[in-house]
Amino acid sequence: MLLLSLILVPFVGSAIAALMPANARNREAWLAGGVALFGLLTTLFLYAQTGSGEAVRFHATWLPGYGLDFMLRMDGLAWLFAMLILGIGLLVVIYARYYMSPADPVPRFFSFLLAFMGSMLGVVLSGNLIQLVIFWELTSVTSFLLIGYWHHRADARRGARMAFTVTATGGLCLLVGVLLLGHIAGSYSLDVVLASGDVVREHPWYLPTLVLIALGALTKSAQFPFHFWLPHAMAAPTPVSAFLHSATMVKAGVFLLMRLWPTLSGTPEWTWIIAGAGLCTLLIGAFVAIFQHDLKGLLAYSTISHLGLITVLLGIGSPLAVVAAIFHTLNHATFKASLFMAAGIIDHESGTRDMRKLRGLYRALPYTATLAIVASAAMAGVPLLNGFLSKEMFFAETLLVGGPENWGMSLAAILMGIFSVAYSLRFIHVFFGPLAADLPKAPHEPPRWMRFPVEFLVLCCLVVGVAPGWSVGRLLNNAVLSVLGAQAPEYDLAVWHGFNLPLLMSVLALVGGVTFYTLLRRRYDLIHSDRVPLLHRFNGKEAYESTMLRLTSTAASLETLLSTRRLQPQLVLMMVLLVAVPLLLVRPLSLLAFSSGGEFSPLFAGLWVIGCACAIGAAWQAKYHRLAALSLVGGTGIVTSMTFLWLSAPDLALTQLMVETVTTVLILLGLRWLPARIAPRELNLRAPRSAWVRRSRDMAIAVSAGLGMSALSYAVLVRPASPGGISDFFLTRALSEGGGSNVVNVLLVDFRSFDTLGEIAVLAIVALTVYALLRRFRPAPESVPIPAQQANSVDPAAGQTPAQQVESGYLQVPSVYLRLLFPIMLVIAAYFFLRGHNLPGGGFVAGLTFAVAIIVQYMLAGTAWVETHLRLQSNRWIAFGLIAACATGLGAWAFGHPFLTSHTAHVTLPLVGEIHLPSAFVFDLGVFAVVVGATILILVALAHQSVRSHRLPAGSVPPRATGKEIK
Amino acid sequence: MEAVIAISIGVLFGSGVWLVLRPRTFQVITGLLLISYAVNLFIFIMGRLWLDRPPLTLEDGLVDGLVDAGLYADPLPQALVLTAIVIGFATTALYLVVMIGSRGLTGTDHVDGKESSK
Repeated sequence: MLLLSLILVPFVGSAIAALMPANARNREAWLAGGVALFGLLTTLFLYAQTGSGEAVRFHATWLPGYGLDFMLRMDGLAWLFAMLILGIGLLVVIYARYYMSPADPVPRFFSFLLAFMGSMLGVVLSGNLIQLVIFWELTSVTSFLLIGYWHHRADARRGARMAFTVTATGGLCLLVGVLLLGHIAGSYSLDVVLASGDVVREHPWYLPTLVLIALGALTKSAQFPFHFWLPHAMAAPTPVSAFLHSATMVKAGVFLLMRLWPTLSGTPEWTWIIAGAGLCTLLIGAFVAIFQHDLKGLLAYSTISHLGLITVLLGIGSPLAVVAAIFHTLNHATFKASLFMAAGIIDHESGTRDMRKLRGLYRALPYTATLAIVASAAMAGVPLLNGFLSKEMFFAETLLVGGPENWGMSLAAILMGIFSVAYSLRFIHVFFGPLAADLPKAPHEPPRWMRFPVEFLVLCCLVVGVAPGWSVGRLLNNAVLSVLGAQAPEYDLAVWHGFNLPLLMSVLALVGGVTFYTLLRRRYDLIHSDRVPLLHRFNGKEAYESTMLRLTSTAASLETLLSTRRLQPQLVLMMVLLVAVPLLLVRPLSLLAFSSGGEFSPLFAGLWVIGCACAIGAAWQAKYHRLAALSLVGGTGIVTSMTFLWLSAPDLALTQLMVETVTTVLILLGLRWLPARIAPRELNLRAPRSAWVRRSRDMAIAVSAGLGMSALSYAVLVRPASPGGISDFFLTRALSEGGGSNVVNVLLVDFRSFDTLGEIAVLAIVALTVYALLRRFRPAPESVPIPAQQANSVDPAAGQTPAQQVESGYLQVPSVYLRLLFPIMLVIAAYFFLRGHNLPGGGFVAGLTFAVAIIVQYMLAGTAWVETHLRLQSNRWIAFGLIAACATGLGAWAFGHPFLTSHTAHVTLPLVGEIHLPSAFVFDLGVFAVVVGATILILVALAHQSVRSHRLPAGSVPPRATGKEIK
Repeated sequence: MEAVIAISIGVLFGSGVWLVLRPRTFQVITGLLLISYAVNLFIFIMGRLWLDRPPLTLEDGLVDGLVDAGLYADPLPQALVLTAIVIGFATTALYLVVMIGSRGLTGTDHVDGKESSK
């Protein structure tokens, strides 16, 4: 449980931090510091349990069907890393409190920082490989957000993108690698994987697995050839660089290599890949670091080089090398974090990080300078500091690996030592000499607590350097035991091992480094060189950018080649496929003899002659005579409705009829905004030849689609229904279990009510979308003035307002008539609603009838009159309907039944007698309300477009003033 | 009866497809309306054709209080089509609003938002 809290608390803290006000710098820092301190104390408390060599575990089922469990596991190595993350995290939080400017939005910063802390702890504590990859990717995401924290800066955005692209791609490789590894080992549990090293190494998939996992680790730890993202990540605020890009996140890669060391190491492939990449990185990083002008750039390349050193150690594959690798990880984190913070202080106080400008800072910042010099000495490997110890272990290992003959590795190690001394000297050079006068700010010592983290870390460097066995001996031993187990070697963490070869190498490196640096300054003009000698041609960043560019341009050209933004070709393709694909997939249907066609009704046939004529007429007229086309479509709709009635579907007939009405009104409201279109024949124009070709093609598609549909329908109709369908279930149970004899309605509000709930939700969403879209509606300029038909001076109605037309104009008779009908229509709606469960009717039909009653009033008397007499808040209707429907569903939960289970109660009322009251009734009421609300909202929103004064598109001519309100 | 309705579905569908392939937004909306009639009818006839057998299991029509499923039209396609009709209305409304909005923004009623170059 304590383990789980270690991961959960940072994420909870992150959520809380995000909610704080923008200026709460102190509260944010207290919160983040508190989280880190809590984690630190918890981890310390857990030391007692991990100290004995056993791992602390937490276990929870996650996806049992896939054999995946959520597992946390803390052994010595994880403990050490957790301490590193939380300890440095706490120091970084203190530092960031003073580093961040009051103008920066700190909630975002601390929120991301805590989320990163949680993800990083998740990586080191995961006991399951899949889970580890998930946290791994989370660290990539949070790192992306933190690098891009100052998102107004282009370099921050670019650095963030680059870091994320590289590390997340590596993460994907890692995921595949881990899946392979889990497959080979038979489980994703870390315990099993660690125990099955021999099986894994013998397996034919070992090499792909190793390569993929190495890709993940090497990208994360900025190893050659993926190292280029790290210097660009320095666009992040310095606390982030200190925390993520020196001490923790980049260590995730080497952590993974350590974690999987027992399983994957010990083969030539491992050594070639891991040690090879590490060796290149180590030399390139150290060499390039010397030629940087930016303080943080130097530190970034030096970090790359030190990570390379750790990688080489892990690649060598001997147990002692692993000890050295873990030890150096720890040492590097302490001195590098302190150096980053010192660089941040210099930047903060003097306003620049350019080493060409900085001079003599010792005079202005004596304390900080002393601390930074000590930390740099540790980085350079000066005796009595922690860097010296692990570097000497590294030298000893390189001697062992080459044996007496092969000195290549040792030479590379000495070379790296020389370079690192040189760049350390370059770094501390900013403190010496006369104080530079042209700095953007006059430097002062930073606030007491901003310096504290640096002091603390430098103290650690000293203590570990002087008394390694006493200070970190046991912690290191625990970590080593958890990686190596029984293979753990004997080693001695003493400062003095007597005169031996490693010591000689250290001395060589120190002397060589000082000489090299002096030579560079004297002979090479280090300050004024803009590029790295020899290596400037190998530019990873350029390779990355050109790859990305090529990727985007290829995608763009593929898009132009393969797709179109025009609708018609897409629709043609869709329709052709609609016709062709079924023909290709199934054998041709055997159309049975016409004799089985059953009885023939001339009336029905006559009905459909009209229906088909209407449809063809609509297709004919839709371009130039919209009103005619709309009326013809309505004719087809009426015929469809009558067909439903004829063929035993009264509910459908009613619904179709009402929907037909509202659809026609809807489209009539829209017609006003479409441009006038005059047939070319009336203008004596001829359609071009290409148009005829296109029309013939479309006609062919349409005819074949129609023929196919007819054939399919006929083929279905002449076959008897297969017995054993699910329809009988509904028919036999509707009355006995659903409590209603109208099976269609019972289906809608009871058996399939979840479906209906979804449907009314869609209806509500569409209504709100229509409303929202119309709020931004801009009509075309020529549709804004009232239509010519309404402006006709001969027509007396043209001079009247809608109210006058209704009270005394040509609408007087219909208005009296329809106002009288209004309550009757409402009664009909109520009647349909109430009887719906047993006889044709129900919420849908009743809602539509109700809406039609309202719309008729709108059409007659105009918007203004209706809205002064009737307060209809359709959005509330929708809300009420959805709440009623959902509440019915949730009510079933209260009685321990599944969602939307219905129940029928029998209530005896005075006068009325006994009535049965199913819960589906309330549900149907919800359906009713949503249908009413949605229909009215849509139609009224559309109708209002004619009333409101329009904002014209920019640059258009205003309409001529008519001074008349339009209905 | 079967032939009549099958031919009618084909005619409706064909007219709709023709209209959907036209370049003007109003033609497309008309086409969609016609296609939706055709498809609704097509789904509906999956329950086969029944005359005078509405799926109303009224108590006075029952034999010994039990329902004989063979005496009623198939209610399932009917329920599906009923919801389809209502949803069809909603999508028509959405299409209409996009149609007039696009006309206002682009100044044309061509489906691509600009007159074709041909």
